Amino acid sequence: MQNQIGAPKQGLSLTDPRVRAWLFQIITIVAVVGMGWFLFNNTQTNLQHRGITSGFDFLERSAGFGIAQHLIDYTESDSYARVFLIGLLNTLLVSIIGIILATLLGFVIGVARLSPNFMINKLATVYIEVFRNIPPLLQILFWYFAVFLTLPGPRAAHGFMDSFYVSSRGLNMPAALAAPGFWPFVISVILAIVGIVLMSKWATKRFEATGEPFHKFWVGLAILIVVPALCSLIFGAPVHWEKPELKGFNFVGGWVLIPELLALTLALTVYTAAFIAEIVRSGIKSVSHGQTEAAHSLGLRNGPTLRKVIIPQALRVIIPPLTSQYLNLAKNSSLAAGIGYPEMVSLFAGTVLNQTGQAIEVIAITMSVYLAISISISLLMNWYNKRIALIER
Amino acid sequence: MTTHIFKPDQPPPSKVFGPVAWMRQNLFSSWLNTLLTLLSLYLIWLIVPPLLNWSIFDANWVGTTRADCTKEGACWVFIQQRFGQFMYGYYPPELRWRVDLTVWLAVLGVAPLFISRFKRKAVYGIGFLVLYPIIAYFLLHGGAFGMPTVATSQWGGLMLTLVIATVGIAGALPLGILLALGRRSKMPAVKVVCVTFIEFWRGVPLITVLFMSSVMLPLFLPEGMNFDKLLRALIGVILFQSAYVAEVVRGGMQAIPKGQYEAASAMALGYWRSMGLVILPQALKMVIPGIVNTFIALFKDTSLVIIIGLFDLLNSVKQAAADPAWLGMATEGYVFAALVFWIFCFGMSRYSMHLERKLDTGHKR
Repeated sequence: MQNQIGAPKQGLSLTDPRVRAWLFQIITIVAVVGMGWFLFNNTQTNLQHRGITSGFDFLERSAGFGIAQHLIDYTESDSYARVFLIGLLNTLLVSIIGIILATLLGFVIGVARLSPNFMINKLATVYIEVFRNIPPLLQILFWYFAVFLTLPGPRAAHGFMDSFYVSSRGLNMPAALAAPGFWPFVISVILAIVGIVLMSKWATKRFEATGEPFHKFWVGLAILIVVPALCSLIFGAPVHWEKPELKGFNFVGGWVLIPELLALTLALTVYTAAFIAEIVRSGIKSVSHGQTEAAHSLGLRNGPTLRKVIIPQALRVIIPPLTSQYLNLAKNSSLAAGIGYPEMVSLFAGTVLNQTGQAIEVIAITMSVYLAISISISLLMNWYNKRIALIER
Repeated sequence: MTTHIFKPDQPPPSKVFGPVAWMRQNLFSSWLNTLLTLLSLYLIWLIVPPLLNWSIFDANWVGTTRADCTKEGACWVFIQQRFGQFMYGYYPPELRWRVDLTVWLAVLGVAPLFISRFKRKAVYGIGFLVLYPIIAYFLLHGGAFGMPTVATSQWGGLMLTLVIATVGIAGALPLGILLALGRRSKMPAVKVVCVTFIEFWRGVPLITVLFMSSVMLPLFLPEGMNFDKLLRALIGVILFQSAYVAEVVRGGMQAIPKGQYEAASAMALGYWRSMGLVILPQALKMVIPGIVNTFIALFKDTSLVIIIGLFDLLNSVKQAAADPAWLGMATEGYVFAALVFWIFCFGMSRYSMHLERKLDTGHKR
């Protein structure tokens, strides 16, 4: 400051804010580096004394234990690296199913919370207040130990339409196995999607040129149904269903969702949906009633008012907190360690760590996976948020 | 002279006021609403009577053993018999008065802060914050003044849950405020360190943090230095929680109008004094509801210590439900634990909403 009023430039002084800033930053860096070195040094000594060799060689070794659910082929002689992959896939599976279901349930309940109907409104409130105030781990344990494990065994399973069976072994359902018409079906779906994109572009162009609206949604839906249906008529069905059958003490054939997966997905969905419902409610309430009136006075009916005026504005408020709920759900999927669903934490940071003793490497890998998931979800949502953000003029 | 005689008042129109009108407006205003009302009534009929039957009318209330659970509904005898374990864990029964005393001291000590006529709140509050932890530590842990030591491995139940949650938030607050200051700092090195720290802890699940503090912390420390399990968990919880507190506090600091910062500079206050005397008092007051919310989240998250083998409320219930003498009591146990957690969390969230209304003194423009 003194330079500005023409005072002669002084030497380095502790009263100069810039000098102090430099000093402070140097102290911070020295402290951080010193702390890091201290920890690193201790770890080195400790590892040497305990005879643990660090490094990622252990990933190549054979795991030698069975896994209850694996989305890719796995045998006990496979390596720890493959175990890691299985854990990662199982985490992603739970997160994706959970996010989709929680979003659907959350939106329904959030809208119900705004309903003028007294009963619906109160039911939604009770749901939200009950489920968001109970720890997610408790909910997972409850569904697993008090609900799914107390179901009758496979021989007394509850059956629906002779193809779905709920028992203490989980949910057995028909498996879709690839039939000769599978690849033509996939190609036809891709073609249909390309067709829809082209149709939508054409419709937008025509709308902007002439103002004539086009039923994009219904025509798109028709394309998506008709083209693959025709294809499977010509080339045969894309899949054939293999129903589960009771043989001896358990079901044979078909797909099975293990009770751990069911309990985890159900608990996470129910818990996160309560939060999403509140976000949706506050988002819709944040759009002022004047917007609805303005839309009506422009001659828009209720449907277009909701789709073109209310929802786009509400989404801007909803998206950022919704993102953090998605992140929470992905992180909460690690609670599966409490019931032994084989995902990242229970499989890799639990079993693998116990077997190999490579604590630092295993924890570092696990944490970086979650960091990577967090960062990718927030990047994706930031991109989407930027796309729909208000363009101020 | 003729007097004007008023006609008697007409009754209020029944279609606008009264219960019938209310029902017409709120429950049966259109065919869709009528359908929804009937649907919700059906849903309530489906859920509530069986729930009441199970939990109250068909439940077993008296007895001492599993054999007394004769009726069809819930067996609350199990909860009665294990209540001590759920509240205190393996804390020796003859010493449990120490836990009770600690809780009562906390309740009595905090009470004056809620009396609006009490003037010296700041002085009293700081004194309480300094003295209470020391008293609480000696009461719970013992080992001085002739009180026998109770090792932390014997702590458990709701008491352990409360210890982890309160120590977690008390430790995370100062660290979180420093991190928030660092994140808003103009010095790049400080800012980068704080942002990395915050984003790292916010990006990983608490469970991995607990794993880390239980298996990696012993490796990080110099040889011969050893923490007990509870302390390791507490360190993990504090580091994790401080990142969330930091983000809440930063939100409050960003909401302070720029004029306040400029006014502080104009008064020739340095950085620490302008923060400590002008910005933080306003910012912290504004974020109290946010901090209560992170505390609720932390309170729910304490249940995760089950993973590293500490016996908090949830783990005590899980253990008791696995006892061969009480097989099949898992539902009752979890319902009880859920109820306890729910009462705490719901109470705190209502309190936070109340604070939000009370503290709303007009920064929102």
